[in-house]
Amino acid sequence: MQNYVEYLQTYGSRFVDGTLVTIQQTLLAAFLAIFVAALFGMMRLSEKWLVRGTSIVYIEFFRGTSLLVQLYWIFFVLPLLGVTFDKFTAGFVAVGLNLGAYGAELVRGSIEAVPKGQYEACHALNMSYYKRMRRIILPQALLIMLPPWGNLLIELLKGTALVSLISVTDLMFEAKQINGTTYLSAESFGTAMIIYYLMARVVVSPGMRAFESYWGKKMGRI
Amino acid sequence: MFEGFELFPKFDWKWSFVFEILPRLLWATLNTLMAAGTGYAIALVIGLVFALAQRTGIRTVTLIVREIVEFIRSTPLVLQIFFIFYVGPQFGIRLSPWTSGMIAIGLHYAAYLSEVYRAGLESVPRGQWEACKALNFSMTRTYFRVIIPQALPPALPGMGNYLVGIFKDTPMLMVIGVAELMHAATALGSTYYRYLEPYTMVGILFLLISLPTAFGLRRFESFVARALGMRK
Repeated sequence: MQNYVEYLQTYGSRFVDGTLVTIQQTLLAAFLAIFVAALFGMMRLSEKWLVRGTSIVYIEFFRGTSLLVQLYWIFFVLPLLGVTFDKFTAGFVAVGLNLGAYGAELVRGSIEAVPKGQYEACHALNMSYYKRMRRIILPQALLIMLPPWGNLLIELLKGTALVSLISVTDLMFEAKQINGTTYLSAESFGTAMIIYYLMARVVVSPGMRAFESYWGKKMGRI
Repeated sequence: MFEGFELFPKFDWKWSFVFEILPRLLWATLNTLMAAGTGYAIALVIGLVFALAQRTGIRTVTLIVREIVEFIRSTPLVLQIFFIFYVGPQFGIRLSPWTSGMIAIGLHYAAYLSEVYRAGLESVPRGQWEACKALNFSMTRTYFRVIIPQALPPALPGMGNYLVGIFKDTPMLMVIGVAELMHAATALGSTYYRYLEPYTMVGILFLLISLPTAFGLRRFESFVARALGMRK
């Protein structure tokens, strides 16, 4: 126990630095994932087969291969095709695109789960497509998809750990580096695990639940 | 951030190189499949232990197991792989990369599968349990003849998803040197200093396996549901 306190005094600041990078990666990847999910989720429901097909190909491609493969592909192979990202950008782009594909399915499912009567009422009131989506369908769909999005954001937070493999200096990377110099594996990896756990359990889950109940109240459901 | 765009500067796809590396990649694919299968088998069993431990009716046990499951679910798998591989030697236990990788993947997905089992068991109406009690069925008969046949169909989609999920997470095993597909591709890439073909082939192999598997699982689900008389 005494040793662990000393360990934290020596390496605590590096864990903090790593955690900050992980938070940046998570936020950027989350924004990208939400954007991608909304775009491809709506495209998936389009009546035009080309739009729908594009979205299906995107979703199946990113869900059919693993995040690590996509990350390496974006970082090592894309430069050969003429698109070069630095490692930090490649990291959150890969995580965001991957989790965005899973999110797109949530968006699609939740829009489909809005009762048919709501669509018919919109027709009866002669609402345009955009007005119908913005005022009636999407607010209700959001309420349906919020609980699974909470889980998805935790998956996203965990996914950012992989960016350490292309040497982004996130929490995972720092833990690995500290382990390499001290050989105190239980302390290094254990501390990182606890930090990830706290971020998921104390920040992401309660945050999403609070947003859910706020949105539920706003919609007059709870 | 964005360092440049130039149309296909170094893009030269070599089929000869693809055919040269393909045998090694296919061998590595077998390792990947074996890792996924072994990990899944472990996860199915430990997941059942986690799920049943939460149904014992002892509050402390339920709470502790719940928190363990939450902990495993909210920490990254790659970190757990490192933890299991490196912490053993610190206390004098040496595990091979293969063994520690299987333990990590098995435990990680056991946490997910326990939730699937739990949801499946909870979807069986209470009346079914009561009816079994009223008919004086034994515990095994209750489970095997009444509860499991009804709990299985709702649990199957989740179980199938995690089978594909495990398969897609096996590349993480490369970090401790398990010779699976991604590891082989990286090794080939650094030997020949060509990353285009190996990594692209890995992506294609993953798609070729995971998409038909997902499709086959959907068929299997409806087959089981029909066989158990849950659906016409």
